[in-house]
Amino acid sequence: MAREDTYLQIRGHLDALSDEQLEARFWELAQQVVDPLVELARTHTSPSIERSVLMRMGVDSLTCMAVVGECEKRGLLEHGCGSVVLCCAREWSIPAPEAARRLAAGEGWDVVAQKWGGAA
Amino acid sequence: MSDQAPRPAGGALPPLDPNEKLDVAALLEGIESYRPRRKGWHWREQVPEQKLHKFVYKETSKGLKNSIPLPAAHYFGDIDPQPDCVVTTEIASGRFEDDLRRMRMAAWHGADHMMVIRTAGQSHMDGLLEGTPEGVGGIAVTRKQVRATRKALDLIEDEVGRPINFHSYVSGVAGPEMAVMFAEEGVNGAHQDPQYNVLYRNINMYRSFVDAAVAKHVMSSVGMAQIDGAHNANATAVEAWNVMPELLVQHAINSAYSVSVGMPKEDICLSTVPPDAAPAPCMRMDLPYAVALRDLFGEYKMRAQENTRYMEADGRDATVSHVMNLMISRLTSADIQSTITPDEGRNVPWHYNNVAAVNTAKQSLVGMDGLREMVKLDRDAPELKAKVREIKERAVLFLEAMLREGGYFASVEEAYFVDSGIYPETHDDGIARKSDGGVAAGTIVERAADYLAPVCHHFGENHLPDGLGDGEGPGKPCDLIGGCTLCDAEKVPFIDELDPEDNVTARLAQTADLRAQGLIRPEVEWAADGWVVVTMFLPAAPRVAEFAALEFGKAMNLQDCEVINRQVMHPAEGTLIELKGRLDVVVDPATLTIPPEPVVISDAEIRAFVTGKKLKCVAATVGEDEHSVGMREIIDIKHGGLEKWGFACEYLGTSVPVEKVLDAAIEHAAQIVLISTIITHGDMHRNNMEKLADLAVEKGVRDKLLLISGGTQVTDELARSWGMDAGFGRRAKGIGVASFVVKTMRERGM
Repeated sequence: MAREDTYLQIRGHLDALSDEQLEARFWELAQQVVDPLVELARTHTSPSIERSVLMRMGVDSLTCMAVVGECEKRGLLEHGCGSVVLCCAREWSIPAPEAARRLAAGEGWDVVAQKWGGAA
Repeated sequence: MSDQAPRPAGGALPPLDPNEKLDVAALLEGIESYRPRRKGWHWREQVPEQKLHKFVYKETSKGLKNSIPLPAAHYFGDIDPQPDCVVTTEIASGRFEDDLRRMRMAAWHGADHMMVIRTAGQSHMDGLLEGTPEGVGGIAVTRKQVRATRKALDLIEDEVGRPINFHSYVSGVAGPEMAVMFAEEGVNGAHQDPQYNVLYRNINMYRSFVDAAVAKHVMSSVGMAQIDGAHNANATAVEAWNVMPELLVQHAINSAYSVSVGMPKEDICLSTVPPDAAPAPCMRMDLPYAVALRDLFGEYKMRAQENTRYMEADGRDATVSHVMNLMISRLTSADIQSTITPDEGRNVPWHYNNVAAVNTAKQSLVGMDGLREMVKLDRDAPELKAKVREIKERAVLFLEAMLREGGYFASVEEAYFVDSGIYPETHDDGIARKSDGGVAAGTIVERAADYLAPVCHHFGENHLPDGLGDGEGPGKPCDLIGGCTLCDAEKVPFIDELDPEDNVTARLAQTADLRAQGLIRPEVEWAADGWVVVTMFLPAAPRVAEFAALEFGKAMNLQDCEVINRQVMHPAEGTLIELKGRLDVVVDPATLTIPPEPVVISDAEIRAFVTGKKLKCVAATVGEDEHSVGMREIIDIKHGGLEKWGFACEYLGTSVPVEKVLDAAIEHAAQIVLISTIITHGDMHRNNMEKLADLAVEKGVRDKLLLISGGTQVTDELARSWGMDAGFGRRAKGIGVASFVVKTMRERGM
């Protein structure tokens, strides 16, 4: 809904603030806006975040896509796809990128299901 | 970050030779094992009170080893002062292999921030691309392209002698992956602002903010500089000047969010554009905004961008706007000065327009060096003071309303952003997004109590074994997997091409013959694309002129002609047209006859020689000839003639017999005789030259004199064959004669 410029009518409470106080208020409000956003990010993950974890584990992008896609289908993102790969790497005693390749090829989901449930 | 990392493996190449082209094919050899030698952003090294030529500079940085100075530099000892701030150029041709050559050209003119635009649509791809596919309006940003570019920039920065920052985008759906790839590959800076995703790319807002936290945290781990996306609001809003309060809010949200997820303030750059352009009284409107922004964000860096909102096809108009933008940078501050090519209003930027924009920035910044010591903003001027306060208050009111609305997401649903009213006024034309809508909606997942990411620099809840948390102790999260790619570069994987046809090798093959044979075809964007521009004034009304121009283009054998700029000089009297077309012609330099370049010696060197030898010349128009203009041009100081360098010139007048000329030379002890011979009937010019030479021999002074003739029909070759030391024809200038004198006298030991 369009609104006329009400600046002069609604600015009264800012009038008494010094420039420094006004700037401090600006930052205080900005922090209040972002705090819940930071909390959301702290407690959530996404397919891209999980792929970025696998990338840091040395997994190439195509394998990241396949493994995270499968984890998403199986509802495993909440545990962390890095954890899924790590679990298999330990089980098979092989490096993480190799474990990810085998998962991408369809192997090892039974190992994963044993730990977190779901289809093997 | 450290500059002392070891030299990269990966097909290390010899240093670039300024006389050789960049060899892209060689650059790609061994690319799979190349590693960046440095990570993090580089700021220029400031040199306070820098002395260059006869000047002292207040706002310049360390100079370059190799560069091309501004056109007027030869009047000022060929200096090329480099401004204090980083200078950006944005390159977006769609073929990275051609962009690399453009980056080299831009670096030689003073750019040290190469911003690579992504291909259309990449921000909506949920994942990374690989290989080197061709892009539209930018390149597909992939590991191979990024790696090859960083490798080329290593060579280019060594060539110019200043580190070059490489930059692209960590926005879109795949932000965290892009951030990791950039961190691994030594990309030095990136755009990252979740608000950009939400407002301009309609990517789900929850996803954008959740992803951004991880992306920003990873960027910080390598000291990457971040640029926000607030400037897009004034590129989008209908009345851009009304968006100022909102811009402050957008900057604050991204800045506060970045700091909260671990990014140091000194790595956070605000992308700010003066929102207005003439014919609005733009500087008076934009200065209060620039001041308010710098008051509020004093701890952050300013990336000053140039205005594109009101850019038309006229390059001159764009350049003047940008110079006014640069003046705002100089009157306030800029840590990074971005540049927009003057042709962006008409096409994807062309090679030489990147260079033009970089030079506009360099010229303006250097020209206004230290201006703030004399010209200061009057912070107490009533209009400036009131406006600065008003913008800040309106921004505070905006934030208060957002919180009342229920926070950021609720405000976006209510179209608070990019409304063209000046808040609290609204025109109800803002961008509204649904929190459960947009690309990748419904894809975020709450982390479970056992959530684990066994890698470093991860943001958020992470249930690592005790002692392995980031910064908790000697252990690192990636100890769980024996090291992650951010700790051990050897673990970074590499995928080469996925598409056998759409790749750099196939594209290079198309122009391989031209390169192998050294053939030349014009280009503006891609190798041998053939585009040229013809500027023409047509005495016709605009629409008629436009269609007539297309006919002229055809007559010039240009293909795919298009009018790219049209400017009315007068509705009936005429129109200026710029026409582009493709020229399907190649030139083989081997077939060209190129005469050697005449030697021109510097002013200072000529002056020193002339005054040291106390050189004198005697000059006259000989024979029955009343022409005097040409000779005046050669000797008079006001025409840039010989007197300029201190030659004492005795001008005897017109129709002077050659005997008299020679007698005068002997009498004045002159070393140089200049005769002008315009009239050529009956070989009069030849006779006079031969007579002068013979007389000089007879009188025993030939060895002590330089005999020089000039005239419209004279050539050097003819004059020499008729006994002169040199001849000068049409378009001769004093500098040519002076250089000849110095060079010849040195050679002959005179």
